[in-house]
Amino acid sequence: MTKSKKLLSGNESIALGAYQAGVQVAAAYPGTPSTEILETIATYKDVYAEWSTNEKVAMEVGLGASYAGVRTLVSMKHVGLNVAADPFMAAATTGVHGGLVVISADDPGIHSSQGEQDNRHFARMARVPMLEPTDSQEAYDFIPLAFEISEKYDTPVLFRITTRVAHSKSVVEVDESRARPPRDKHFQHNIEKYVMLPSNARTRVPQMHKRIAELMEFAETTSINRIIDGKDSPGIITGGVGYQYAREAFPDATFLKLGMIYPLPPRLLHNFTAKVKRSFVVEELDPFLEESIKILGIPVEGKAYIPRAGELNSLAVYDAGVKAGIEAKTERITDVKAVTDLPGRPPLLCPGCPHSAAFFVLNTLGQRTKKLDVSGRSTNETNLIITGDIGCYTLGAYLPLRAMDTTACMGASIGQAIGIEKAGVSSKVIAVIGDSTFLHSGITGIVDAVYNDSKITVLVLDNGTTAMTGHQDHPGTGITAQGITTKAVDIEKLVRGIGVKDVQVINAFDVKAVRSGIKSALDKDELSVVIVRGNCAVKNKRRKNQRQVNAGVCNNCDVCLRIGCSAIQKQDGKVHIDVYSCMGDECGICEQICPKHAIGPLS
Amino acid sequence: MIKKGDNKQDILLVGVGGQGIILASDIMGEAALAMGLDVKKTDTLGMAQRGGSVTSHLRMGQAVYAPLISPQGADILLAFEKLEAVRWVNYIRPDGIVIINNHAIPPLSISLGMSVYPTDEAINKSFLQRTNKILMVEGSRETAQLGDVRMLNIFMLGYLSKLSPIKITDYLWKKSLSERLPAKILDINIRAFERGQEAAASVNI
Ligand SMILES: Cc1ncc(C[n+]2csc(CCOP(=O)(O)OP(=O)(O)O)c2C)c(N)n1
Repeated sequence: MTKSKKLLSGNESIALGAYQAGVQVAAAYPGTPSTEILETIATYKDVYAEWSTNEKVAMEVGLGASYAGVRTLVSMKHVGLNVAADPFMAAATTGVHGGLVVISADDPGIHSSQGEQDNRHFARMARVPMLEPTDSQEAYDFIPLAFEISEKYDTPVLFRITTRVAHSKSVVEVDESRARPPRDKHFQHNIEKYVMLPSNARTRVPQMHKRIAELMEFAETTSINRIIDGKDSPGIITGGVGYQYAREAFPDATFLKLGMIYPLPPRLLHNFTAKVKRSFVVEELDPFLEESIKILGIPVEGKAYIPRAGELNSLAVYDAGVKAGIEAKTERITDVKAVTDLPGRPPLLCPGCPHSAAFFVLNTLGQRTKKLDVSGRSTNETNLIITGDIGCYTLGAYLPLRAMDTTACMGASIGQAIGIEKAGVSSKVIAVIGDSTFLHSGITGIVDAVYNDSKITVLVLDNGTTAMTGHQDHPGTGITAQGITTKAVDIEKLVRGIGVKDVQVINAFDVKAVRSGIKSALDKDELSVVIVRGNCAVKNKRRKNQRQVNAGVCNNCDVCLRIGCSAIQKQDGKVHIDVYSCMGDECGICEQICPKHAIGPLS
Repeated sequence: MIKKGDNKQDILLVGVGGQGIILASDIMGEAALAMGLDVKKTDTLGMAQRGGSVTSHLRMGQAVYAPLISPQGADILLAFEKLEAVRWVNYIRPDGIVIINNHAIPPLSISLGMSVYPTDEAINKSFLQRTNKILMVEGSRETAQLGDVRMLNIFMLGYLSKLSPIKITDYLWKKSLSERLPAKILDINIRAFERGQEAAASVNI
């Protein structure tokens, strides 16, 4: 039996599809919702898979492997493509040798990102073809096609997915008989193709336009663009997960389902829209299809009715249809809400998190609990300005810690801190950045600080992992994506090597040391780096001597609640510690800060 | 309203990170697939490692399109925690079934004195706007008696198995459980599953 049905996520399906298509090199930097693609490929021992330092490097590694003739997969989240945009555009210009497929995993609705963006626009900008599956089966089936297109048309292929395709599980018929094509690995010297001097690049540009014209013809006939017959109104043009919502909302409609989102097939679109009475485009985020179709002179409707921000669902699409008058009668039930105001349940730093003490200290040094109200705004300058970065530690911005003033994109904390300092503020400025983020894009910030004689302090929260995205290794851990022990990059030596003189390494669970370390760094008028080091709580398995509160000694001062530890709870006026979640000896932060010494190991 | 295909079940599982919600929906999804149904499921955890809200949309039927259950579309809401249950009141379809583990995990804002936990009465009232099929289950208490509250997810599945119109055989349930749970905790989890089934035996809705 070579075929079997499995329940797979879109990411697992991409990995399996790529493996069976003969992928030999895969490179990525973690990022929700793309991470599991590389994690899955890394389990195939006859493929080289790496966590790259960042997305730009991943793209460059991928481009090199492609030049050497092997099929290559590069994957990242939507904002990762911003980081990798430079080599991506270069890849679009030089073209490929072995097939190069670039996965962009977009996050409509911002489940776990710093922003919402529609990366379909990148395809048009780079003049590269783009495919988009609507579920796991298509993810599995489109990947081999993407490699074929890449090689045949000498172009990287952008393969766009969204959270609901990447992370949803659906049924895939896995065909074990798909043969892996043999590869001929060799690099050919070819200056005109690979060396983008202006004179060479200029000759490539017309070829990029030519390939898009050819691909337009391909799009007219490819089976991944297909019509599903139904009633003559509405006609729905759709692609990506939007198709699934539309199919459910309008089961009787006629569909033009596009698997190739760029370039579009003009004749197919003309014929389709001529056949139906009214044509609607159903797509998440920007009116990318809608505008591309309108430019062809074809009248379609879409975003006038369908929300532009966030995720869709079947009801939202149905409601849009009602508004547009395609669904004659509306029998919609009215929405209901809970009859009381519900407290939120934001994500929190875990009990035993090595970031907690540092944020507790920043909160107290900056007198944030006293000086800031709960609104999250203040007209006064804070007496300690804390630029933040992206990772679990961004949660330090929430109450009760409140110890972060900015978060933009990965690595930005250091540049922003330099900018705020150089603008001439009177407060001290400290940048807070995680270890994986520091290696991803903090190093160039430190170089800038050294070079331009900045006086900021940089706090590197080193928990020995990329926690936010699910504990991937990174250059600082010394273990590769495929579990091989390698050389670890030493952050302390690295920053000293760049020229930082004042560098400290501090135990993350020693509150006094963290406090005096940060204080001494801030007190000096020079650039300093404080590395706060402690293992991520989720990776700590040993758990003993959970802490408890001695009710006889506790005077309810609530200082311990200011750590924001979810194991410490107050019910009916009494503070207690949940034994199931307390990390005990691995942490001990609450015990150190309790003014009454009312907290100690469970006896 | 969106038309519903035959034999279609939309189950929304909700609770708090760490309660095993995603594993529970995986186990049921695999069992439904083994039964020959089309299955789609999607989990939403936001940035939560631990302690944040978690939901899992599990959809089963002859042909399932959308990965997400729409508001007003869930046939069953399976809630592992009371506050999380009521957060999703708008997702239950008219006359749908609401199963709530009678357990409260107060979020930090409550410890900080910034908000209050909804009363049982308020929770009940919220759901009565849509359905009176509201079932409170002593899942946390029963699994604590069995020795480990971490089996709550399996207990809840056992309870659900008796109430879902999709009749997965005990054989397929156990097969799916054995494929997803480590061998050394399998037996005790099967006991938790059966305890859940027993708890649902007397329910009549
Ligand atoms: C350009 C870009 N790539 C990837 C991500 C996804 N992402 C968010 S935080 C993070 C790294 C977190 O690791 P670290 O800095 O070590 O902090 P931790 O979560 O371990 O505290 C990643 C990969 C992103 N937001 N932007």
